Order: sequence, then structure tokens, then C-alpha cells
Amino acid sequence: MRLMFDRRLVYHFDLVLMLLMLGIIGLGTASVYSASFDPSSTRASAFAWRQAMWATCGVVAAFAMITFDYRKLERYAYVAYGAGLLLLIAVPLVGSMTNGSRRWLDFGPFSVQPSEMMKLALIVVLARYFHRKMRPEGLRLRDLVMPLLLTLPPVALILAQPDLGTAGVFCFVAASMVVLAGPSTRTYGIIAAAALSMVPGLPYFLSHLKPYQLKRLETFLNPELDPLGAGYHVIQSKIAIGSGGFSGKGFLHGTQNQLKFLPEQHTDFIFSVFSEEWGFVGAIVLISLYLALMLRGLVVVGRAKERFGALLAFGVLANVFWQAVINLGMTTGLLPVVGITLPFFSYGGSSLVTLMAGLGLVINVNMRRFSPERIPNF
Amino acid sequence: MQLNSPQGPNELRRRLLLSGLGVAGLFAGIGLRLYKLQVGEGETWRSLSENNRIRLQRLTATRGLIYDRNGEPLVDNRPSFDVVIVPEDTKDLAATILRVAEFLGADQFNVKTLLAAARARPPYEGLIIKRDVDYSAVVTLETHQLELPGVSLDVGPLRTYPYGPVGAHLFGYVGEVSESELDKHQGYRMGDLIGKFGAEKSWEARLRGVPGGQQIEVDALGRKLRVLSRVPQTQGNNMILTVDRRLQSFTEQLMAEHDGAVVVLRPDNGEILTLVSKPTFDPNVFARGIKRDEWRDLTNNKTRPLNNRAIQGQYPPGSTFKIVTAAAALEEGAVTPFTSIFCGGGYHFANRTYRCWKKGGHGTVDLHRALVESCDVYFYQVGQRLGVDTIADYAQRLGMGAATGIALDHEKPGLIPTSAWKRARYGEPWFSGETLSVAIGQGYVLATPLQMANVIATVANGGTRYRPHFVRRIENASGELVEEIQPEALGNAGLRKSTLLQIREALRDVVNASNGTGKKAKLPTIEVGGKTGTSQVFKMGKQIKTHNLARHLRDHAWFVAFAPVDAPEIAISVLIEHAGGGGGAMAAPIAHDIADFYFALTRGRSYQLSTGTGGNEA
Repeated sequence: MRLMFDRRLVYHFDLVLMLLMLGIIGLGTASVYSASFDPSSTRASAFAWRQAMWATCGVVAAFAMITFDYRKLERYAYVAYGAGLLLLIAVPLVGSMTNGSRRWLDFGPFSVQPSEMMKLALIVVLARYFHRKMRPEGLRLRDLVMPLLLTLPPVALILAQPDLGTAGVFCFVAASMVVLAGPSTRTYGIIAAAALSMVPGLPYFLSHLKPYQLKRLETFLNPELDPLGAGYHVIQSKIAIGSGGFSGKGFLHGTQNQLKFLPEQHTDFIFSVFSEEWGFVGAIVLISLYLALMLRGLVVVGRAKERFGALLAFGVLANVFWQAVINLGMTTGLLPVVGITLPFFSYGGSSLVTLMAGLGLVINVNMRRFSPERIPNF
Repeated sequence: MQLNSPQGPNELRRRLLLSGLGVAGLFAGIGLRLYKLQVGEGETWRSLSENNRIRLQRLTATRGLIYDRNGEPLVDNRPSFDVVIVPEDTKDLAATILRVAEFLGADQFNVKTLLAAARARPPYEGLIIKRDVDYSAVVTLETHQLELPGVSLDVGPLRTYPYGPVGAHLFGYVGEVSESELDKHQGYRMGDLIGKFGAEKSWEARLRGVPGGQQIEVDALGRKLRVLSRVPQTQGNNMILTVDRRLQSFTEQLMAEHDGAVVVLRPDNGEILTLVSKPTFDPNVFARGIKRDEWRDLTNNKTRPLNNRAIQGQYPPGSTFKIVTAAAALEEGAVTPFTSIFCGGGYHFANRTYRCWKKGGHGTVDLHRALVESCDVYFYQVGQRLGVDTIADYAQRLGMGAATGIALDHEKPGLIPTSAWKRARYGEPWFSGETLSVAIGQGYVLATPLQMANVIATVANGGTRYRPHFVRRIENASGELVEEIQPEALGNAGLRKSTLLQIREALRDVVNASNGTGKKAKLPTIEVGGKTGTSQVFKMGKQIKTHNLARHLRDHAWFVAFAPVDAPEIAISVLIEHAGGGGGAMAAPIAHDIADFYFALTRGRSYQLSTGTGGNEA
């Protein structure tokens, strides 16, 4: 705790990153407020209040994440990974059912999504692994076996929930970290060849998708096929975003949103709510905030004292990035609707708190880039 | 790069730079996508979002009510629960309709027709699939609301005719607008109600009112949230008829056993007090949506209940036409009141014997007696002296041979033959023998009961022919006068006072003299004038007892009357189809009862109801 008051640490606290994140959270909470706004009621929306409460918890979590030297995490990486895995295993046994899938664990007054915590644990564990395996000539294929074995169990468990989107994000995050760690040219070649050889297996894969997932794929390719069924989400979302026009319909005046045409408006489709009300101008501002957050984060990665920190920060950023891209892609009709929330923006406690904790780690990495090497490299 | 990258700081920097570019590239791609959606296609999406939430809803105007001359409601609206489907809110329209049919416990929906109607209707507009469901159906549908998205119950006004079949031919009925009507009339939509028959049809424009509309905002489930703008509907106008409901009901009862028609009107202005056509129908079945088999029964019925016999039935007027012949004879000087003609029971002309209805003959008769006793031979000879074209001239002056122009559809003109008409129609010259038949209202002559009412009214009022009408006032919903229908004089028959007096005296004795053919119409305290008529449907070589004849070959019985003779207030025309008896026996008692009832209504307590019919002879 002594380190917390080190003036150098305070000096290197990345306020820009923190403010960018809080800016996005602020806009998000406002949108959650609008999405759950009930003009007939004078009470402020419960969702917005809860989101603000979760954001406060998140700030606490983020600050908790900078109180210790991030390198300590290396030591507890597998403990965290094992704990996360246990929680994930608990989900199908005692989890609660929503919308046909089991993704939540109930803890009295609130429920958590173990997959969110697992994501952080996987990032830490992969960072630790690659930290040790990075070599000048690049990663060999056999260096990728362990990451694959680490990634597969949570992905399989999450696929079983079923939550195709989150499982995909896991893979994207792991792949991003692999790319940063740097496979050798030969490894890339083998992966590419293996990927190509997988193509004939595609029909088999498709036949094992759940009917609703297949339907989402089909309607992604042609939403008009089923305008009131599976294609409804995409069409309504595009109507919401498109009708926002250049300057938007104004806060709380999004008709698509207020009249409940938008599905899952405070979670997956919160961006549609935002874009309808704030228009192109607002959407560009929001995307710029994300871009700035990313670029600032990458600078942190580049300045990190050692590989573990760089990999850790990069993994956290990759998670934010892929979630954002997939969510924005699906709400604008570029990608199939896979149920991914917009990071820092969508309503959801577990997600927000873990994301903020993750960003706390990035800030931690930045703060401690000048710290003496007190923790031995073991 | 401070950290000890095994691949060197440059390699890591390169990867981060590439990552940064990748991030920026993907975000830029999303930015472009947003530009396309929001700026490029913004207008399109905006209009889609408006369509999503704004629906135009029609506000149908409440149809005007119809009252009788005393303010008694004849045609009313009552609330009814209608089952409405918004096809856009259903998953599968046909399946939903079948499901509703299941709940209502009937296979009463023509799914094909409903689907066609759904296509013809503007998007998001509700389609009424069943009107006036009963309470148990309301409860059932409310209970299963969740299984039936897009189905709702609306309370709408339902046209009701509290007296059922009474006056059905006059008041008419409403029904859903048909496709051909949609082409003809502007401002109607599928599912709207429109007057189909009778006054409901003739006065459609007045009764309907002006539909309004409102833009409502709905949510994703199609639930109405609020009204954005509204053009209020204007309620239809109320009509006050000239009809007296009590007399109408009474007359319908009198005619319960008969097919035929009765018209009662006021001779001094043409106001119709009663118009009955039998058999009749119940307009209520149309208002709630007629079922196919009900419609088939009505239209295939041989007695044709939908036919308004008072204006569409064309019958030989028989002896009632002698009024016309008598008027022509006096005006033209063919006879004087004192001219006598011998009736020996028949008249030989052109190698044929034209019989009088009275086998033994009437002996020597003058015009007065000829009318009172309805001597055919007298009128054969008078007709011969006049010629068919002269008779036709007087018949036309009294309004025969042309539609009266009453505000009802499909009125028939009847037929008054002339020599020119026969040449044009058959390419043959007129034969003198045919004039004899015309003179007693047989042969080609055809008249509607309404026309005969107008003839007797014209004779009764001194020669002015009025257009028969049944609407007195039109008022708006708040009771302000919109239009007052004035009596319309169509012309004067141009008959001398002496002629009219002579005829009226004769008609008085038809009812009141001991030798009159219409004695059964006699009232104890008020003088009735009238004329009987028995028109042959089938020409016989020799007389056959009527009860041996097939019903459809039996004679029609006529009686036309007016009362009181000296200051006429009502003119009555009674026709009984295939009565199986003469006008004096069959029709006169009905006219008697009508007049009796009328005077009981108008004279109040001072009037003494007749206890029995005046006489028992034909």
C-alpha cells in the first residue's frame, strides 16, 4: 500500500485513459436512461440508477486494480483461471435461465456473468504464458498448443450456455494476444494452411449450430426474409440508427427506442438508441472516444516496462475493441446479431465492473513503467 | 521502448502500429457505414420509422338516426363489440382468423374474402372480421388475448331497427360496402358501412356523416399511445320521416296473412304515412353482417321479400282504373252524369262478348251507378267512345305510366298503353277491342300500389298531383334544421270541379250506399270514399271458381280509398296479391281498419272505433 502514495505513481496515473472511459460510461448511462425512460412515470429509470451504481463500483474496482503492482498478477494467474473455470462450470448447474440460455449466476441481490471474469483471467494467464515464450525468431507452433488448451475450456463452456458471441470474443482476444506475441512466419503459414483445410468442414459446423443461431446467420444475410421474426432486430436497429439522421432526434426523443420497437434496447442495441437520438454527429463522437481510448491504450502497451504488462494491457484492450467492433457491426447490420454488448456503454453490472477493472490494470501498467523491478522475474 | 523485448523494440512497435492502424481502419469502416445509414439514407430510414410508429386511424362517423313523424326512433344505433384484426400485427393472418373462429365456435369466416379485404386495406388499418359478438365471445377473446396478437375488440355502433321487419322496405338496411360500390362512391373504404336499400340508401349522403381521422402513435405491439393529430368526424344527420310508426305497425299486422302492398299518404301534400310491402324481411340481419345462407334464402325466395311491391310491383289496376276512365269521359263529354247505358251482363264487340263481372247484368246504369256497382259494360262503351289515347292522356295526368319519383330505388313506371306505344312495342296497330279492356284497367294497363294511392289522392285533393315523399325534416346531431322537405306539386290533372265532384260522390257511395262494392270500408262516423278492383291475372274462357285455381293464377284484390270524403286527410291504396277474392271482400276491410285506426289516432277519445265491417257483400 505504500506504493499508492508514491508521487511518481500518482504522476503517471493515466488521467486521459480514465477520462475517456468515464466519458463513454457517461454517454452510455444517459442512453440507458433514455432506453428505459418511461414518459408516464416521474421516477427516474431503475436501469440508469443501477448502471450508475455499477459504474461507481467499477471506479472502485479500477482503483483497486492500481493499488498493487500488476506483476503480482503473474503469480496468481492460474488461481484466477481455475476459479473462473469453476464459476463457468457452475453456470449450467445452478445458473439462471434468460432468453433460452444460461449465462448467469445468482448471488442474492445481484447476479454475475462468470464469462466476463473468465475473460480477464484468460488474458492474465495468456499474458503470463506468452511473457515467458516470446522469442526473437517468433513463436513456434508448439508454443501455441498451451494457449489453445487454455482457451478451449472456457470457450467450450460458453458455447454450451449457449453464447456464440462471447465465445467468439474469447477467440478473438486470444488470437490478438498471439499476434502481439508474434508467431514466426512458418507458424503463420501452418495456421493459414490449417484454416484453409477446415473450409470443407464448414457444412458440418453449420449443421451443429442451434436453430436460432442458424436463423440469425440466415437473416443476417437477408434480414427482409423474416421482418417480424429473426430479421426484426436488424431492421429495427437500422431504422433507429438511420432515422437519427445527421443530428439525431434529440435526447429522449428517439421514437424507435421510446416506443419499444428496438429489442434489448438497453443492452445489445443501446448503440441504436444512442444513434437515433444523437445522430451521425453523436455516433462519430462516440466512435472517436473508443478510437482515442484504443490508441491511448496502445501507447501504454508500447511504453510498458516489460512483456507481461504489455501483453496484459493489450489483451484488455483487445477485448474492449472486439466487443465494440462486433456490437457496432451488428447494430449497423454489418454483422450477424450475436448478442455482444457495447463495452462501457451497454447496461450490465458484471460486464461494466470487469471492463473497468481491466482498464484499471492498463492504467496500472502505465503507472508502474518506471517502478523499480521489485518483483523478480521467475 | 523500455522493456526488454526479445524481438527488439522495433518489432513490437511495428506490431502495435499495425494494431493501431487496424483499429482505426475498422472504426473508420463503421464510421462510413454510419455515414451511409444516417446521412446517405437518413430520409428513407426516417420515413420508415414514421411508418413504424404513426398509424392513420379512421374515425367513422356515427350514422344519423331515423325517427317517425312523432319522434319515435325507427332506426337506431347501439354499441356492439366487433372483432378487429390488424393483419400487420399478426404472425399469420389466416391462422389467426381460424383461431378466432375456433374461439367463437363457428366456421363462419370466409378466410379467402377476409384475406382479400386485408390486402385491399391500407397498412395497419384494422379489419372488422365479426360484428356484434356476444358477451361470452367477448370474455373468451379477452382471456385468450395473448395467444391472438393483432386481434382486438372494438366497440362500434351497430345499426338496429327496433321494430324489425316493420317498414323494412322503406327504411332499408346497411351493409359493408361492396367492391362495385367502392368504385362508384368516393370516400369509402373496405369495411365501411353503406346504405344498401330503402331510405338508408337514398339518403346515404345525409345519414352517413363525414368520417374523421387521427394520427396515432403506436408502440411495437401496435398499442395506441397517444393521438398526434385529429380531424374529428361529423355525425350523420338525423331524419324525421312522415311515416307514423303506429299506423305502419298496425298495417303490417293487418297484412300479416297476405302478400301485397299498402300505401297510406296525405292527399294534400304527398306525405307517406305508411308504406307496407309483404312479405318482408328483418333489416337487422344485414346490419350485423348477413350470412351467406341467409342471403341465399332471401334472394331465392319465390315470394321475393326484398321486392318492394308498393313501388316495384306492377299490377293491372282493374276496376280502380274506372276512376280514370270516368274522369276522361266526363271531361271529354263522352257521357254526362245523366247518360244511361244498358248492361245485360255482357257487351258484344267485334265478334266477342266482353263480360260484366255481374252475370245477370246491372240493367240501365248512369255513371254514378256504374262506379258504385263497378259495371264493366258501362265502361266498355265509354272506353270505346273515348279511344285508348284519350284514356291514356287522363291516366298520365293522374300520374300513371310514369314513376312517381319517390326517393327510393328501382321504382317501376307501370304501363299506360297508347296506340303509338303498341306500334313501337309490337309493330301492330291498336285494336278497338283492346280499348275495352283498358277502360276497366285490364289488358296492358299496369300500375303500382303507390301510383294508385297517388291517383286517389289527386282525385281527393282537387286535382293536384304531389310527389310522394317520406322524409319531412333533416336535422344535424344537435337538432338544428338542415333541410325541410317541402311538398312538391308535380302538376294538376286539369279536371273540372264538377268532374271531381261527380266522381267523389260516386266513390262515397261505393262505400256508403247499400249497393256499393266497397261497403266493407264503411266507418260509422266518418265518411270514406273508395273504389274496389279485382284484377285478373289469368284470362279464362269461362268462369272457374277461384278456389280451384292455382294460387299464382288467382285474382289480385285492390281497394283505393280516401277519407273523410269532404276534407280528405288520408289516401289509401291496398293491393293483395292472388287474394282469392274481390277487392270489396279482401282489400276493402283492410282499408277500413287502416282508416279506423288512423282516425282513432288523430281524433283521440272523441272518435268511436268501428265495431265491425260495414257489409258482407263484395
